[in-house]
Amino acid sequence: MTDFLNVLALLSNFAIVPGLAYGSQLALGALGVTLVYGVLRFSNFAHGEIMSFGAMATILVTWALQARGINLGPLPTALLALPVGIAITIGLCLVTDRLVYRYYRQEKTQPVTYLIVSVGLMFLLGGLIRFIIGPNDQVFNDGTRFILKAGAFKAMTGLDQGLAIKTSQSITVVTAVIIVCVLFWFLNKTRAGKSMRAYSDNEDLALLSGINPERVVMVTWIITGALACIAGTLYGLDKSYKPFTFLQLLLPIFASAIVGGIGNPFGAIAGGFVIAFSELFVTFAYKKVLAYLLPSGFAPDGLVQLLSTDYKFAVSFMILVIVLLIKPTGLFSGRTL
Amino acid sequence: MTPRAKHLSLFGMMALLLIMVGTLQSWNVALTILNLCLISAIMTLGVNIQWGYAGLFNAGVMGFTALGGLAAIVISVPPVPEAWQAGGSRTMLGLCFGGISIGIAVVTWLKTANWGKKRYWLTGAVVIAGYAVMRVTVDPGIAAIEAVEPAKTGFLGGFGLPILFSWLVGGAFAAGAAWVVGKIALGLRSDYLAIATLGISEIIIYFLKNEDWLTRGVKNVNGLPRPVPYEIDLQGAVWVQTWAERLGIPVIEASSIIVKLSYAALFLSVLLVVFWLSETALKSPWGRMMRAIRDNEIAASAMGKDITWRHLQVFVLGSAVVGIAGAMLTTLDGQFTPASYQPLRFTFLIWVMVIVGGSGNNLGAVIGGFVIWFFWIEAEPIGLALMDLITAGMDPDSALRHHLMENAAHMRLMTMGLVLLLALRFAPQGLIPEGKR
Repeated sequence: MTDFLNVLALLSNFAIVPGLAYGSQLALGALGVTLVYGVLRFSNFAHGEIMSFGAMATILVTWALQARGINLGPLPTALLALPVGIAITIGLCLVTDRLVYRYYRQEKTQPVTYLIVSVGLMFLLGGLIRFIIGPNDQVFNDGTRFILKAGAFKAMTGLDQGLAIKTSQSITVVTAVIIVCVLFWFLNKTRAGKSMRAYSDNEDLALLSGINPERVVMVTWIITGALACIAGTLYGLDKSYKPFTFLQLLLPIFASAIVGGIGNPFGAIAGGFVIAFSELFVTFAYKKVLAYLLPSGFAPDGLVQLLSTDYKFAVSFMILVIVLLIKPTGLFSGRTL
Repeated sequence: MTPRAKHLSLFGMMALLLIMVGTLQSWNVALTILNLCLISAIMTLGVNIQWGYAGLFNAGVMGFTALGGLAAIVISVPPVPEAWQAGGSRTMLGLCFGGISIGIAVVTWLKTANWGKKRYWLTGAVVIAGYAVMRVTVDPGIAAIEAVEPAKTGFLGGFGLPILFSWLVGGAFAAGAAWVVGKIALGLRSDYLAIATLGISEIIIYFLKNEDWLTRGVKNVNGLPRPVPYEIDLQGAVWVQTWAERLGIPVIEASSIIVKLSYAALFLSVLLVVFWLSETALKSPWGRMMRAIRDNEIAASAMGKDITWRHLQVFVLGSAVVGIAGAMLTTLDGQFTPASYQPLRFTFLIWVMVIVGGSGNNLGAVIGGFVIWFFWIEAEPIGLALMDLITAGMDPDSALRHHLMENAAHMRLMTMGLVLLLALRFAPQGLIPEGKR
């Protein structure tokens, strides 16, 4: 029995708790990609950089607050800076839409041109971000680091394996739950949300019903900007903020959106968790788990890892490939926005 | 101005720019830029085959370039006998198992089409079992190989063949990877190819960085054999000495210029061959069909063209050209450094070249490769000088000026992003438009 509890603590500590946090971050990122896909009908390659930009804006505001001695006590100051960061990111999204995307929308360009435009924007933003904050690692997480320390857990339960829960992890999960609830309430209950869904379902019919497409697009960018900023900041709080990681995050985010069925918000959330947990469980070293479960003497020598941690991004790619091969429409196809 | 005069003037201006660099900076710099311009032009031709002929967006040019680089080391580096003895046969056996299990998995998948849900489980079980067998066989072999003098070798080495041969093999490697990606992602929504290529290119780089037994990983492979003579041998030759004396330049500089000129000759001949082949293909019935598919897929498929198969064909061909250029690049560098593959430099820059040059036009692709590479290189000194000028009024010790000067290098990224957006918006046809046929 103790062995089993130890295994449970071990898995929770190294896979389940980080997976919940990482999955929430991916889900928030994938939601943004999916909304843009649903309404504007292209895969936004710049989404990673928008997340990065949002996190950067939040970091700069956080620093300004810290310099004035303002903080939230045990919680990270970044939470206080987040609304300002969101506002700045929304501004960025609206400006890029006005300057870049609107022209192509009026021209009714084919989706692949949008794709290239978004790649151009991705690099433009990447350069801007590196120009403003530099390419280096930025740590901006203050406040209490852990809400449950490994040692305290061991003392509490008497198990050999500790379980640590970082403040940033719990903040991530709580924020994600709140954001997702608000988003679904918005999409299903408000007028603006309903018109967004209608527009995504059938553009012509929506136009006939008197829905203003420019307004729908604006609302979409506002939501996308907010989601991206929150996702980027949470990721930065949990790991650390480094501009180049956001290009690598693009693949898991797209994979999440496609696994769930691109254009479907519920699928994006499910996809985020599928990707996060597969990544962690495939690169998890099962040596200790087996040592607890197998009779003594049978413990393996190696790490018993399915795939080395260096290949964690390959996991999302493999899942993407499997989905494209078996069910290209994703797990929750048939339902859009 | 007739199109021909326009083309001539564009290429003339490019030549003039290079000559200016030659006289103002040095001929060495000018030739270095020229060599990379030539390689960039070949890559651009490859991407143009995919985008210009067929409208396929490949976001993984970097991965195919890196595969070309891998071919350069696999072909040219002499084998390491100790490593082969330590774990070579075991690793090869394991890889064979891996290949066989992929084969069995594919056969299982194809033969069980009407088995319902059981099909997934069976194929999954075959894949997992095959993977386990491969890992159990390969892991000790790899560990043994990597333990052989890790500071000097620690990898299997290559075949010790002439490096020129690797250019073809690089093309084949890239074509193979492209076939797999294309098979999965083509025929679905157009975005999926972009996302899949983005993914595969990242994974190829991770693979090259981490599989030390094959590539030495981040320890890099240095001193690849060259297809041209070494400077040190040239400096000893009498004809070089007399030539240098007659031109009044130091022998060392003369030798390095000769080396670069020989590379340029090699690259130029490849460029001409690839260019001629792509032009011929574009003018042939095949090229006409490709353009018809690009312009209206539905109409073309109504005429009985197999769109997915044609897309796969053109995607593989274009990637092969990129792979060739990748092998050439590693040959020119004389070393293989997996960490140097950045998506910005190898995917994005090539796209800027294609769009600015003129998608669908091979001549445009070539001039795009030249112009963009030239400004990419020269943007750094220009950017620094510009930033110096802008901040000249500030206090020399101010933090802002310091920050701006330090991060001026990132201006390049922004500038190129801006160039792409502006080109797409205001000159989507590029420098040399495709034109009517």
